Parts: sequence; structure tokens; C-alpha cells
Amino acid sequence: MSFLTLKGISKRYGDFTAIEQIDLDVERGEFLSLLGPSGCGKTTTLQMVAGFVTPTTGTILLDGRDITYERPEKRGMGVVFQSYALFPHMTVDGNVGFGLEMRNMKRAARAERVAEALDLVRLSGLDGRYPKELSGGQRQRVAIARALAMRPELLLLDEPMSNLDAKLREEMHIELRAIQKRLGITTILVTHDQVEAMTMSDRIAVMHRGTIAQLSTPFEAYERPTTPFASAFLGKTNLLPGEVLRRNGRCAEIDVAGTTLKVPHEGRHVQGQVNVYIRPEKVHLATIDTAAIRTTGRITTRVFTGNQWLLLIDTGLGQLSVAQPNNGAPPPDEGAQVGVAWSDDDLRVLQKEGLDGHA
Amino acid sequence: MATLDNDRAGAAPWLLSAPALLLFCGLLLVPLVLTLMLSFHVFSSSQGTLATYTLRNYIEVITDPYYGSIFGRTAGLAFAVTLLCILLGVPETIVLARMKRPWQSICLLVVLGPLLISVVVRTLGWQILLGNNGVLNNALQALHITSEPIRLVFTMTGVVIALTHVLVPFMVMSVWATLQKLDPQVEWAGRSLGASPFRVFRRVVLPQILPGVLSGSIIVFALSASAFATPALIGGRRLKVVATAAYDEFLGTLNWPLGATIAVLLLIANVVIVLGCSRLAERRFKHIFD
Amino acid sequence: MKQNGFLGLLFNALFLTFIAAPLVVVILVSFTDKGFISLPFDGASLRWFRAILDNDQIVGAFWLSVRLALVAATIGVALALPAALAIARYRFPGRAALTGFFLSPMMIPAVVLGIAFLRFLSLLGLGGSFWALCATHVIIVLPYALRLALSSAIGLDRDAERAALSCGASRFTAFRRVVLPMIRTGVAGGWVLSFIQSFDELTMTIFVATPGTTTLPVAMYNQIAQTIDPLVASVSTVLIVGTVVLMLVLDRMVGLDRVLIGETR
Repeated sequence: MSFLTLKGISKRYGDFTAIEQIDLDVERGEFLSLLGPSGCGKTTTLQMVAGFVTPTTGTILLDGRDITYERPEKRGMGVVFQSYALFPHMTVDGNVGFGLEMRNMKRAARAERVAEALDLVRLSGLDGRYPKELSGGQRQRVAIARALAMRPELLLLDEPMSNLDAKLREEMHIELRAIQKRLGITTILVTHDQVEAMTMSDRIAVMHRGTIAQLSTPFEAYERPTTPFASAFLGKTNLLPGEVLRRNGRCAEIDVAGTTLKVPHEGRHVQGQVNVYIRPEKVHLATIDTAAIRTTGRITTRVFTGNQWLLLIDTGLGQLSVAQPNNGAPPPDEGAQVGVAWSDDDLRVLQKEGLDGHA
Repeated sequence: MATLDNDRAGAAPWLLSAPALLLFCGLLLVPLVLTLMLSFHVFSSSQGTLATYTLRNYIEVITDPYYGSIFGRTAGLAFAVTLLCILLGVPETIVLARMKRPWQSICLLVVLGPLLISVVVRTLGWQILLGNNGVLNNALQALHITSEPIRLVFTMTGVVIALTHVLVPFMVMSVWATLQKLDPQVEWAGRSLGASPFRVFRRVVLPQILPGVLSGSIIVFALSASAFATPALIGGRRLKVVATAAYDEFLGTLNWPLGATIAVLLLIANVVIVLGCSRLAERRFKHIFD
Repeated sequence: MKQNGFLGLLFNALFLTFIAAPLVVVILVSFTDKGFISLPFDGASLRWFRAILDNDQIVGAFWLSVRLALVAATIGVALALPAALAIARYRFPGRAALTGFFLSPMMIPAVVLGIAFLRFLSLLGLGGSFWALCATHVIIVLPYALRLALSSAIGLDRDAERAALSCGASRFTAFRRVVLPMIRTGVAGGWVLSFIQSFDELTMTIFVATPGTTTLPVAMYNQIAQTIDPLVASVSTVLIVGTVVLMLVLDRMVGLDRVLIGETR
């Protein structure tokens, strides 16, 4: 049985629907991310789990217990806020030990647990300082230590790294994941940063306009998106509109700008107007007269980002973006005519949706 | 005029401030110094102020029990008013902070607005309210809470009430400024760590607004200790405070040196209290706020 | 933040009643038809408002106060604006002390200021001078004008000015066309606040005023100190209404909480 279950959850504020419908099962010890753009309802969902917001409909079960209407101070969850929300008038010690104080733990036992928590986030020795005297990264660690000191069953993180600079953020991704694995604590992370979600999570729930568009592992979400939104939100992709000519057991033959492409349909019943997707890193440059070429085109833009080259190529099928790893030799210059190739297995097809197509 | 280099300051800032600076030095600094000098002069009832120097005025004010009682009464007034302003002003500010617009703006306007109305008008209102035939007494008697009018005019109680009314907006302003700096997520953090709403208020919110309460108290105390119009009108001739005593000497008995002495002592007391308490508060709280 | 419970709203209602009570009472009393203060009364009448116009002393004091406040506010802002710019834009030794000096009149008891000014003016023989009185009011209002001008100047985005310079504007043009408009509301708010503070000023003015230069608050004080009659109440009502109007103007321009609480970092 899952550890945390959200069933039929919705949240409405007057006319405005923040959460349409959420059903979610989180396993014990799992690291799950709620990923989506601003306004998709991910923070509201977290706030409902924490108890700061009451759902309009639905139930929340924690280890079988119905906590939908339970007050936040009774839920015993560790929460890390986006602004860290440290108590400015207490020292690091006071902050980290506050949850233990609320449980009437004696001073000596508290001190031990506080030291343990600070050690976990590698901040030992700073116990006497005030939040004002700490750097942003240190404050974040204090916030994490404060949440973990209580040894909660569930850890909730609300975009805790958005205020850190890029390098620090990357380090924290790895560190936080390591801590989580070590403690085996069930964790839910809210973020709009897909790299963050993919780096840290066991599963990702991609959210869009108050619902979960896709729930799967990072690899599945990236490689096999099930909705146009998920496909466009995670990573970059090439989108080629087309029309289905015929289908057989495994593939659909799709006409894209005059060329017929064979695309695996993965059991989806696609027909009529569709979109064909292929990731830029799955498209390769090839010399023009090779047989494996799918189409040719002219390089209009060439950008170097350090670990890869990004190319925009005008082809007969439409504009394609290509990501080529930097392995020493730069690709041809802008203006050059090149051939473009890929493996058909890397193509994806999704039914073109109404106005709700892409993000 | 608009320079963007902060290091090349040179004479520019001084030139810009010159007019105001000249006025202040000439019309503020000099008169204050003259007043100080005046307090050392001798007063003779027949010849007026003589340009000789003495410490007699200071000795008189400090030792004469008449003045002692005045200073004592003033201090008592200031403490009472400050206490009332805390008890009334702090809860009100917290309630205000939790309001939604547009109510919040409206209520804030009502609370802070009276500061822009002359103290004469406000005190007149209290005189009418507190009089023996005043509204308050009539209401109390009509409700049969009292059978005869309570004397509120010409009593310190009346002065305390009226002065609290005049000064409580300052307390609200001070606490409000501090409340604005609070991060609302900090309260949620307290709840998530197991503290009930009451405990969150006591352990998380209250300690953070303490600096605001303190600076508000300093302002209210200083202003009530130097208050003139309200004690004069509501307290009457017999209940003197420091400011009215200075007025009496200066414009009543025309004993300018003595009046100046009282003024100087009032100024010194004011400065000591304000600076002293501010310094203390700053040291205690500087680890919280910038 | 949490919502207000019933208790909180009740407390707020009582508090607001406490604040409004004396003002409401004054307004009510001014409509009496009797010749003395009475509450409640049976007939409402405007006789005490008409009586204002017949009372030369009050009318004279009113106009004096208006002229005084207009001049003092204007001079105050004229002096405060350059000083505010100096303090906001330059780092120079003595900056903090200068700021403190300009703000000091707010910290000095009005009684002390009154005595000091009286002594000084009498030594110079300037007892009944309008301009001398005006100068003292400038000193009183300058801190208010300065605080508002300062918070505007400090909050100014310097990049807008730099953009103007990069487009070829001279320093003076950039100041006139970019900086001044951007701090306009703060300065105007400072002017209105200074006007109000000068108009309302009582304690200091009591010492410095003479029979020839009696401001309205001083005239009212002298009157009230002897006896309360509905005339002062009706004058007060006019003042309350006028102030409320100015208050709304001020709130619309700058925001009342910013005006009174201010930020002068």
C-alpha cells in the first residue's frame, strides 16, 4: 500500500480552479517531484499535503490515516519553504531545535539531535549564529536541518533552491538526494526546474493547469511523453505536424510536408492530424550522399554552449534543431548544406490536441 | 547637478545642503545655545533678566520639591500613557495587519488620520467628552453605571486618556513598520514544526515585533513627557507638567531664566531617554534586523 | 497571514470608536442652535458656522495660518529638496550627522523650541514679524519635507538617469526631464504634509505668536482656555473636513502610511 495517497483532490477559490483533479500515490521512501510552470497548482498541492490549505474535495491519506482536515501542527511533516522562513530572532540552534521543543524534548536530548541534524547538512559549528549572519546557502541548509531534526515521516520541499546560484544549486541537488537516500525519508519536491526534477527524483509528476499530465520515472517522462505538454515541457524537442496515411501493428506512416515518415505509435490510436516529435540529441548530421539520410537542409544558426553544439537547420520537413555533443571537431558553419539523419525508433507521435496543445 | 560618482563628492553635497544648513545653524543652533546661556542668568522681579551668571536656577529646580512633584507627575503621566498605548496600539496593529484591502487602508486612514488634525481640535473633543456634563458622564449616568458625574476633566486620569488618544497612532505606526518586514512563511514554518497558532504567535511573531514596540514606546514616552496643550487644557492650572511649568515661568511670571532652565532640563532628559533607549534596543536587536 | 477572529474585529471597532469619538463629538456639537455646548440638542442649525464669518479675529487668524503654511511649506521644500538629493546621492563625511541635524526638530520638545525661538527673536527685536514666525515654521516642517524627499530620492532608479545620459542629455537636462518627474510625487507629498504640519502647529507658536501674528490654532487655544463655546467647535469642524480632504489627496499621491511612517535609510 502506498504511503501517501491523494484521492480526488481539487481546490477552488470562488470561480477560480487552482486544482482540477489530482490522484496520486507516493511510495514509502520515494522521492517524487511535482514539476510544472507557475500557476499549474504544484505549490497548492504541497500546501494541502502540509495542511496549510484545505482541499475543496477529496481525501489525503498518510499511512492509511485520513489527514485531510488535520491541523498542520499535528501532521509532523518536515517542510522547507522557498524563502527558508527561518526564525530571525533565534539562533541556528534555536531554529533547528524548535520542532523538538514543541514536542517537549528535554534540553540535553534536543542538543544532541540538533547537532546530529547540523552534521547531516554539514553545518556543525554554526549553532550560535543568527540567520542574518549566514549566507544564502547556509540558510537553506539550516532550513533543511530544521525540517529533518524532527525525523519526520514525510519531507516537503517547496522550490527550496530557486534562490541559490546555479553552481550551488547543482551541488545541493546531489547532496540533498544523498541525504534523502541515506535517511530513506519519503520526499515530495515542488519545482519548475526540469533538470532539478530529473536529477533528484524516483518519479516525476508533470503538472499542467491543475492536473497531473504525466506520472512516470524521469527517463520515461523524457523519452516517452504521453501528452504534448509533457513533451514540450521536459527538455527541448522538434515538432513536425503531419497527417496519418495508414497504420499497422507497430508503426504509423505519416506524411510530413510531402515526405512519408514511419513512426512507432506505441499503441496509441492516432489518426488524422498529428504531431511528430524527435529530440534534438537524437538527430545527427550526416554527409549528404549517404543512404541513411532522411532529409537535407541549410544551417541557419550555430551556437556553442561548452558541452555541446546547437544547430538550427532549415530542411524540407521544417526547421529542425540538432544538439551535437562537443567531441572536438566543430560542425559545419552557418550557411552550409548538410544531411540530417535519425533512427526511426526515436520518433514519437501524439494526437494533435485542440487549443490546449503545447505549453 | 545629477552626479553619478559617489567618490568624487567634493563640495557638491555641501553646496546643495548649504541653504538649509545656514538656516538651521542660525535659527536652531544659535537659539538653543542662547537658551542654555539664558538658564544661567539671574532673574530679579524688579529688573527682569540680568546678564550675570549663576547656577541658582538649576539648584532651585533640582532641589525644590515643587518642581520635584512636577517632574514626578510628568514621569508618571509618560509611563501611564506609554503603557496604555502599548496595550491598545499593539493588538490594534496586529488586527490591522491581518485585514484585507480595502478595509485595511480605510482603517489605517482612520487610525493615522487624526495625526494631521491639530491637537487643539482633538483636545477640544476630549474636553467636551470628559466634562461633568459631558457625553461620557451623561452616557454613564443614563446607563445607570454611575449616579453622579465622575470627575475626569482637571484630573490626571482625563489627561492620560486624552494624551493616549493623541499618541497611540505613533505606536501603531512603529509596530506597523516592523510587521511589514515579517515573512508570512515564517508563521507556517512554526506550524509545520508542531506549534499551535497561539504558540506561534507567542514564540515567533511577538519576539519579532518587539523592536517596533520598543521604538514606539520611546517615541510615545518622549512626546508625553514634553506634552503641553493636552495637559494644559484638560489638566488645568493646578496639575502642572514640565511643559506647562516652563510656560508659566516664561510667559506668566516672566522669569525667563527659570523657564529656560526647565526647558534645558526637559531637552536633556528627552535626548538622554531617546538616544539611550535607542542605543540599548539597537544593541539587543541588531542580530535580527538590518 | 491568519484571518481576524470575531474578537479581533470587535477590538478594532472599539479602537476606531475611541479614535473617532472626540472628532465626532466636536462635529456634532458645532451644529447646535443653542448658545452653549450641549449634547444632545434638539434643533440643528448652521448659526455657528455663519458666526465664523462674522468673527474677524478667527477669520484673520485663519488667513494668517494659510499664508504662513503656504510660505513655510514652499520654503521648506525648496530647502529640503537639494539637501535630500545631496544626502541620497553622495557619500561624504558628516552625511549621517547632517541628516540627523536636519531631522532634529522632530526630536526637540516643542516647548523648548518655542522658548528658544522666543528668546532669540526678542533679542533681535523681531517679535511681531511675519517672516520671523515663518522662519520658525520652516524649521519645524523641514524634517517632514526632507523625509519624504529623501525616501523618493533614495528609491530612485539611477539607471533611468544613466539611460538619459547615454542618449545624449546633459546632466542638467537629465535631472530636469528624468529625475525631477520621478521624485515629483514624493516632493509634492512632502509639501502637502509640511503645509498641514505648519497649519496645525500649536505649542511652539504659542510662545512666538504676538497679537498681530496669531495663528488659528493659537487663537483657538486662547479661546478654549477661557471658555468652550460652539464657535470653536464649528471652526474645528471646518478644519476636520479640510484635513480629511487633504488627507485623501495625500493618500492618493503618496500613500498615507508611507508619508507618516516613511523610509529614510
